[in-house]
Amino acid sequence: MFNFLRAFALVVLFTAPAFAQNADRPAVPLTGFNPDKAEVHANEVLVPGLIGTKAVEGHIVIPDIRSATLIQPDGRIWRDYRRGPLLWIAAAAVLGMGGLLLAFYVLRGKIMIEGGRGAAVIKRFGSFERFMHWLTAFSWCILALSGLNIAVGRVTLLPLLGNETFTALSVWLKYSHNFVAFPFMAGVLLMLVVWVRHNIPNRIDVTWFKMAGGLVGHQHPDSGKFNGGQKMVFWVVVLGGLGLSITGLGLLFPFTVTGILGMQLVQVIHGGIALGMIAAMLGHIYIGSVGMEGAIDAMKDGVVDLGWAKTHHNLWVAEELAKSPHAAE
Amino acid sequence: MARMKFLCDADRCIECNACVTACKNANEVPWGINRRRVVTINDGKPGERSVSMACMHCNDAPCAAVCPVDCFYTTADAVVLHNKDLCIGCGYCFYACPFGAPQYPKTTNFGARGKMDKCTYCSGGPEGVDGSTAEYAKYGANRIAEGKLPLCAEMCSTKSLLAGDGEIIASIYRERVSTRGYGSGSWGWQTAYQESIDV
Ligand code: HEM
Ligand code: SF4
Ligand code: SF4
Repeated sequence: MFNFLRAFALVVLFTAPAFAQNADRPAVPLTGFNPDKAEVHANEVLVPGLIGTKAVEGHIVIPDIRSATLIQPDGRIWRDYRRGPLLWIAAAAVLGMGGLLLAFYVLRGKIMIEGGRGAAVIKRFGSFERFMHWLTAFSWCILALSGLNIAVGRVTLLPLLGNETFTALSVWLKYSHNFVAFPFMAGVLLMLVVWVRHNIPNRIDVTWFKMAGGLVGHQHPDSGKFNGGQKMVFWVVVLGGLGLSITGLGLLFPFTVTGILGMQLVQVIHGGIALGMIAAMLGHIYIGSVGMEGAIDAMKDGVVDLGWAKTHHNLWVAEELAKSPHAAE
Repeated sequence: MARMKFLCDADRCIECNACVTACKNANEVPWGINRRRVVTINDGKPGERSVSMACMHCNDAPCAAVCPVDCFYTTADAVVLHNKDLCIGCGYCFYACPFGAPQYPKTTNFGARGKMDKCTYCSGGPEGVDGSTAEYAKYGANRIAEGKLPLCAEMCSTKSLLAGDGEIIASIYRERVSTRGYGSGSWGWQTAYQESIDV
């Protein structure tokens, strides 16, 4: 398990080439040292891995077992990851995605309700569905902002605010990240239970994706309560949310299930999922707000323009009307 | 200014923990915090060696590079110190440190670790006047300001633990190794300073 984690860490952090030249060093066993042989050495002969990335463990007389790790050179790989790749991934997720959406907005503009708003509306989300959506959404925003602050605040906000103010802000953001995590986890679980039946991928979604969801051009593919894109958002939120919950709990209760190397990995994975999810959610927020007229109504008031619903969720409207002819009024 | 380093000659360390006790006493560190510790490799087997380890005051210190609030600084003696007023207790420095040096006064759950504490090379911290009571309460002793070396190394009964100018302690170690004919190495030097002592 340990070897697997190490190998994985090296791949994940892709800073491995810097240390690769040590791979072919002969493995001198720790017990291979014999002072009587009068070997003149002053290098770390007992522990060849010291120059590489092998951790050295020993025996300790104090209760803190983490102290038994004498040297873990991997800490430097983690440092290099945080100083380099992490910043680029964060920039791609936030600035890259922001740029794409802006370009899309400029090219395509706001997608308007075809033929304008009508008089009739249809109920789309009940109050409980809206509650769980906004519970998740608000807590997610706090988590995303406070998480980004931990990851990249040092190179963005810190120079603007100065050390004292930045620390004062970061303490609060850190505590909000730790506690707002719980409403977020509750929201994700609720959404999973309530919405999963509308989000099983099917053949209609394949056509939907083939037609790029009608985003380009003015054709509208068939769609049930949730279209292919929305189902994707659902699964990103549920799987991403669960992944963040599990890794996040690991960070919240450090060293309970894993050691130092595991903690580094969990931290990298948590940050990675979070940044991927931030990019995806920026797209979701865009299309739900400035990107499309009428989309926000569904989560704001629970009812949507019937014409809009017929254009974007024709199969669902047909289903609702079949259930009760008065669904729309 | 000198480049201060630690060097533990593992062939002399007898695991008496005097350095650990001296550190605790000199700095009045709270219960549960271990700025220095002794780790025994190959315990009870041939080739057993004990190494006294604390913050090595690394070149390009990993702790300083990962701290989200950038609260570390390096003194003219190349000692790595941090500002407890800025620390938010996130624990990242412990993940990055190759030597397990950063310590936290509180239990770790829910991110409530408290302000990080670690070896200061007995040179206090950023708290105004050197050697003030305020500095002592927050960071411990400032022996460097008094012209003295860290107490752990001063107390070492076998002179296994050496502290001081890196060049000087390296030459002492080199002489020992060539005289006695063996040496198990300058523990942590590769990781901390990207160099080892050749004899
Ligand atoms: C679901 C429950 C979650 C838990 C329990 C959790 C917990 C944590 C913890 C303990 C940390 C370490 C930093 C600290 O102590 O303040 C952290 C870092 C972070 N979290 Fe979360 N988190 C959760 C959800 C999220 C979500 C939803 C996002 C963003 C969409 C997110 C983004 C981040 C980021 C970006 C970092 C910093 C990573 C880095 O510095 O590389 N987290 N999280
Ligand atoms: S030994 Fe650890 S705490 Fe000390 S300078 Fe190096 S990384 Fe920082
Ligand atoms: S625990 Fe404190 S010193 Fe260590 S990285 Fe976090 S804020 Fe910086």
